[in-house]
Formats: sequence, structure tokens, C-alpha cells
Amino acid sequence: MADREEFVEQAMQYASHLYPVALRMTRNRSDAEDLVQETFLKAWRSFSTFHEGTNLRAWLFRIMTNTFINNYRAKQRRPEEEGLEEVEDLYLYRRLNTFDQSRMSASAEDQMMDLFPDEDIREALEELPEVFRMPVLLADVEGFSYKEIADILDVPIGTVMSRLSRGRKAMHKSLYEYAVRRGLTQPPEGNGRTNQSTIN
Amino acid sequence: MSNCDETLEELQRFLDKELPDGMLQTIQTHLGACTDCLQAFEFHAELRTVIARKVRSEEMPEGLIDKIRGCFGDDLTEEKP
Repeated sequence: MADREEFVEQAMQYASHLYPVALRMTRNRSDAEDLVQETFLKAWRSFSTFHEGTNLRAWLFRIMTNTFINNYRAKQRRPEEEGLEEVEDLYLYRRLNTFDQSRMSASAEDQMMDLFPDEDIREALEELPEVFRMPVLLADVEGFSYKEIADILDVPIGTVMSRLSRGRKAMHKSLYEYAVRRGLTQPPEGNGRTNQSTIN
Repeated sequence: MSNCDETLEELQRFLDKELPDGMLQTIQTHLGACTDCLQAFEFHAELRTVIARKVRSEEMPEGLIDKIRGCFGDDLTEEKP
């Protein structure tokens, strides 16, 4: 078993990881704050079950997702929670093909930072039904492995993979639709592979 | 040598660093030779970076750290600066 004081120090450094994810889970700041606090309170109380050498960050995220599922989900459940429409592969990529692919590596990140404003990223994530949103957050924001996500969410690895795939595609589709709505890109004419849109 | 469809099929597992070694090499070889696939992979890698950066940029509210410290009990908070 780990030393308590050392445990606190190590756990504290993950607060800045937990909070942004809590915010996208709960969709509001006050619930996110409560959720993070509750997570640390539970971590402290179940400290004796934590074994040194195990992944503390994953352990904290597991406590947080369980707490979220038990305490917050019920009051937020949306009717479409289980369903998610199928989206074709490379949906966003194919529609943004005028995204000056030739200059991709140099400035792509900056271009994308502008093309997808913070608000759109937030909305696209928060619109995802929770069963898809949680694996996407754990993988794409926190970089957990399939195995770690499977342990955190208590689902098989195959389920993690399929939810990630469907969740990401749905999110990409939303991002595309928001970009069109903002006039940051234009809907393709014809087959979606035309060169009509401009990004700037 | 894998073809484009097979390569794009593995885009997710590749970016998630979950491909077994043998397959990883096959995909890398294809990406070295196929600009179309490479661009698709790069696009998704960048997109993921942007999403992660934007989500992580949310700063913790003032006072949350203190509230969290409070969760750990008085005995320890007194010992901290």
C-alpha cells in the first residue's frame, strides 16, 4: 500500500486532468466541480484498496466515471441515449478535402484550431450520447488504451472499440455541420469531393 | 503490401497505437508509398490533437484545488504549505 501523503500529492496532480473531462461529462461547471470533489473524497476513503504500482490516473478516472454514472446520469438522461446514427467512414475528411492538403503538416493544426472553435468541439462532444462520449473522452483527451478504457468503464474491449469508432464518426459529422453553419466551409456540390469550399 | 481500403480500415487502431507489430509495419509501409492514405491519417491525427487541446484548455475554477485538498482530511492539509 502506498504512503498516504505521497498518494495525495500524486493524486492532486491529476485534478487538472479530471476536471475538463468532468465538465464534458456533466455539461456544466458546478456539477463538474462537485464530481471532481466527490471523486477525490472517494479516492481518499478507498485509499486502502489502492495498490502502489497500479495506474493512479486510471484508478481516479474509474472512480469518477462510476460516480458520474451513479449520481449524475439519472437526472441528465436524454431520450436518444442509446441510439446513434451510422456515419460513413472519413465523413469529415472527405468533405473538407479542400483543406489545403498540400500544406497539411505545417499549418494543419492552426487551420483546424480556427475551423473548429472551442464551442463547436464542446457541443459536438456534449451531443454524443454518454455511452459514446465517455470512451471518446478517455481515448482522445486522456489517451487511455483500449484495455484501460475497458477497465474504467467495465465493458469488453470490443465494445470500447466500436463505441469509439461510432462516437468519433458522429462527432466528426457534427463538427462538419457546425462548420458549414458558420460559413467556415461550404457544403460540397455533388459527391462531396468537389473543390468548392474555402478555409480561411 | 496492403491496399488503401485495408489501410484506412486500420486508421483508428493505428492512431490509438493499438496495432500489433506486424500489422503496424504493413500500414507504415503503405503510408510511406501512398500519399492519399497518409493525408487521411495525418488529418485525423491533427484533428485529435486539436480536440484534446481544446478540451484540456478548460481551466479549473479558482478554489477547486483547495476544496479538493479539503477532501483529504485535516491531518494532511495542515502539513502542507
